[in-house]
Amino acid sequence: MIFDWKFAWQIAPTLGEALVVTVQATVLGMLIAMSLGLALAVARRSRSRLVSWPIALFIEFTRSTPLLVQIYFLFYVLPAAGVRFSPLATGIVALGVHYSAYCSEVYRAGIEGIPKGQWEAATALNLSRWHLWRDIVVPQAIPPVVPALGNYLVAMFKDTPLLSAITVLEVLQTAKIIGSETFRYVEPLTITGALFLVLSLGSATLIRRVEKWLKVRGA
Amino acid sequence: MDPIIRLRGLRKYYGDLPVLRGIDLDVRAAETVSVIGPSGSGKSTLLRLLMTLERPDGGTIEIDGESLWTMERNGKRIPADSRHLRRVRRKVGMVFQHFNLFPHMTARGNVMEGPIRVLGMPHAEAAGHARRFLERVGLADKVDAYPAQLSGGQKQRVAIARALAMQPKIMLFDEITSALDPELVSGILRLLRELSEQGTMTMIIVTHHMRFAERCSDRVVFFDNGIILEDEPPEVIFRNPRHERTRKFLESILEAEG
Repeated sequence: MIFDWKFAWQIAPTLGEALVVTVQATVLGMLIAMSLGLALAVARRSRSRLVSWPIALFIEFTRSTPLLVQIYFLFYVLPAAGVRFSPLATGIVALGVHYSAYCSEVYRAGIEGIPKGQWEAATALNLSRWHLWRDIVVPQAIPPVVPALGNYLVAMFKDTPLLSAITVLEVLQTAKIIGSETFRYVEPLTITGALFLVLSLGSATLIRRVEKWLKVRGA
Repeated sequence: MDPIIRLRGLRKYYGDLPVLRGIDLDVRAAETVSVIGPSGSGKSTLLRLLMTLERPDGGTIEIDGESLWTMERNGKRIPADSRHLRRVRRKVGMVFQHFNLFPHMTARGNVMEGPIRVLGMPHAEAAGHARRFLERVGLADKVDAYPAQLSGGQKQRVAIARALAMQPKIMLFDEITSALDPELVSGILRLLRELSEQGTMTMIIVTHHMRFAERCSDRVVFFDNGIILEDEPPEVIFRNPRHERTRKFLESILEAEG
């Protein structure tokens, strides 16, 4: 028999535990990506070129280099710079920073979609830059871009196996270890794939719910 | 008495196109000035410059005795920083043709935003403050409505309440009835007239409603091609315009109004 169900049941709990690490990395990575991405999007619009140009450069650089390279870079270079993170923490930062560049572009589209009149009304009310962004721009910029952010959530989730390269015991790494110990790869890898499938579909549904909720609220 | 608004040689270009070609204008406190003229003559640009939505390319704007775009430091005139701008701008409010309400806030939220964030009013006080101004514009029953649930006329009332709630010395009205259905226009004009008759605010009103301008203004300014062609009391400009250009403009508009 190619697929041994008994063996599959046996290893499922171990893989399930590893999935917790994967989900953790995704959720925390996405939190970093969404908040850092917003900060980048706002800073990129700064009227001072001293701010906006380095930010634009950083975004382009991050988007144009492979995530795996960035993961290795942080893993080997951060300790040399005196910053000691666990492999998981390093991986989360790498995912978060990488996707923050993509998220910032998404936010940018949301920000640019806000009519000029909104900015003018805020100026006429004499709002400070801070309140203009916090109360007027950001609350209007985010709801329309939730679907795009959701896509990146799923994409990041599917990129978490890259963390196995820096010894994080996420699902794929765990599956590989089970395989090398038992010489059975079919079951662990199949289960890994299935877990990704189920969670990807699950998060897609969740995102649609959020979209709907935002729409109802914005009516 | 010193004018509350003093413009000297004000110029503005959009690219190579001159929109304002040297405007001199004084407006006294509590005066209501209507600005009329063909479209593209620079009327709206004048208001936008006063509201600091645009920067002039030449000339000076003084508001309440202070230069808008320059300030004094160590005895020297230097370009205004954002603190100076915000301080002077506090004296000015504006209502727009397309309302520009914040769609994610209720009517009350729209009116409260400025008092809380700019005037530093506590939340509860600002809520009452907002309610009073919404009542003032006849929207006591729409306090919790979102802009999408309001008619054009109601939206514009909220926008007026929002600007009034900041209690500016100067209010700018930029064609505020132009985007409204015809049957809603008279209500807004009536409100504008009441505000003008209170006699506490300085009002500059860009409008196409000649009868309104005639009845409600202390002065009417006729813009043509980026300059002020006439600046007269309404009875002069409407009965006895000095320029042929003004006469023609008024004829064509009044004909359309029937």
